[in-house]
Amino acid sequence: MARDIAPGSFVNLGIGQPTLVSNYLTEEQNITLHTENGMLGMGPEAKGGEIDEDLINAGKIPVTELPGASYFHHADSFAIMRGGHLDICVLGAFQVSATGDLANWHTGAPGAIPAVGGAMDLATGAKDVFVMMTLLTREGASKIVESCTYPITGVGCVTRVYTDKGVFLTGPDGVTVRETFGCTLEELQELIPVPLKAAAAVGLQDQGAP
Amino acid sequence: MLHFVDSVQEAVVGIKDGSTVMIGGFGNAGQPFELIDALLECGAKDLTVVNNNAGQGDQGLALLIKEGRVRKMICSFPRQSDSWHFDAKYKAGEIELELVPQGNLAERIRAAGAGIGGFFTPTGYGTMLAEGKETRIIDGRGQVFETPIHADVALIKALKADGKGNLVYRKTARNFGPIMAAAAKHTIAQVTEIVPVGGLDPENVVTPGIYVNTIVTVAGSGQSSSTAGKVA
Repeated sequence: MARDIAPGSFVNLGIGQPTLVSNYLTEEQNITLHTENGMLGMGPEAKGGEIDEDLINAGKIPVTELPGASYFHHADSFAIMRGGHLDICVLGAFQVSATGDLANWHTGAPGAIPAVGGAMDLATGAKDVFVMMTLLTREGASKIVESCTYPITGVGCVTRVYTDKGVFLTGPDGVTVRETFGCTLEELQELIPVPLKAAAAVGLQDQGAP
Repeated sequence: MLHFVDSVQEAVVGIKDGSTVMIGGFGNAGQPFELIDALLECGAKDLTVVNNNAGQGDQGLALLIKEGRVRKMICSFPRQSDSWHFDAKYKAGEIELELVPQGNLAERIRAAGAGIGGFFTPTGYGTMLAEGKETRIIDGRGQVFETPIHADVALIKALKADGKGNLVYRKTARNFGPIMAAAAKHTIAQVTEIVPVGGLDPENVVTPGIYVNTIVTVAGSGQSSSTAGKVA
């Protein structure tokens, strides 16, 4: 995924696994990271003496600032998202529907305390929403679904899904497979309950395990 | 009218039962722990609290919730690994929760300070958090009508104030401070340092003093909050 991010992009990496993408960005890519709590130009996680409790990311982990960084208040930070100024955000997901609906904030389980944070704003605001997740649940069910059974975070917002078994493009025309990892299109189709198309322009190629 | 007071206890003395209180901070950054402790001490109850979270650990807002002072939380992310006091009250049905997407929370606070009667936003459209709300299709996108959140009091933390009440913040501790200062009828700021009038570059002022009513100095509160706010 890191190599798919265009040079010069402004990017928000969601809490958890998406944060790992930053480890694979190169200096040449010149990516500016946004954090929802009010900063552009976020650097790597702070270690030892760098730790400053006034400088944290959305996951409340101490981070560093890079030269050229800026700070702003929360309404401005979410205006950056909602206003379409971010090129890409990367989020985790429970489910993604064939047309790009996202479910990632609430299981809807009885008694579960709901917490949404910035998930809906990110899903709605960024120009491209990339999801990274395992293709299958622990029980072996596909997380790419016809329509989400969990409460949704945003309607038709996901443009790409990166999984351990392939990369998928989602949108109004359904699901297109861009890459497979260690399996064939036919094998993927057996796992995923929505019709899959092969990406004509890119062509299918087995890139091996990610 | 701007007041400089000598203690956090004095700063919160006017907060009445039933007030809506905005509390700044995202995680520990920018959280005015000492003012929250003073609010706990002063005994005000039946509060509606507006904060991004619903308290963490055994300090600050979490203690206010534990002590049953908070009737309702308006926040975006109540559930955390250490939000046990909120979790317990919520499961016991002893606290009301209004869950708001974080950007809508920020914009609703901003709208209150800016005199806006409401706004349409795409965030939350088609989700359960928009149920029962007015919607429109604007520029081809579904949008939800959201209303401002006003408050009686805001408790915020800044780095420095000058003699006119102008404020500057520090790094990501700025977060909700500027918008809450504008949205509340009465804004109380705890700062690390008060400098004379003219001691802040007007180009760098983040919150103009017009939004600020009470200022109290709390040593070290602009730098690190790791040791601040622990109730003995």
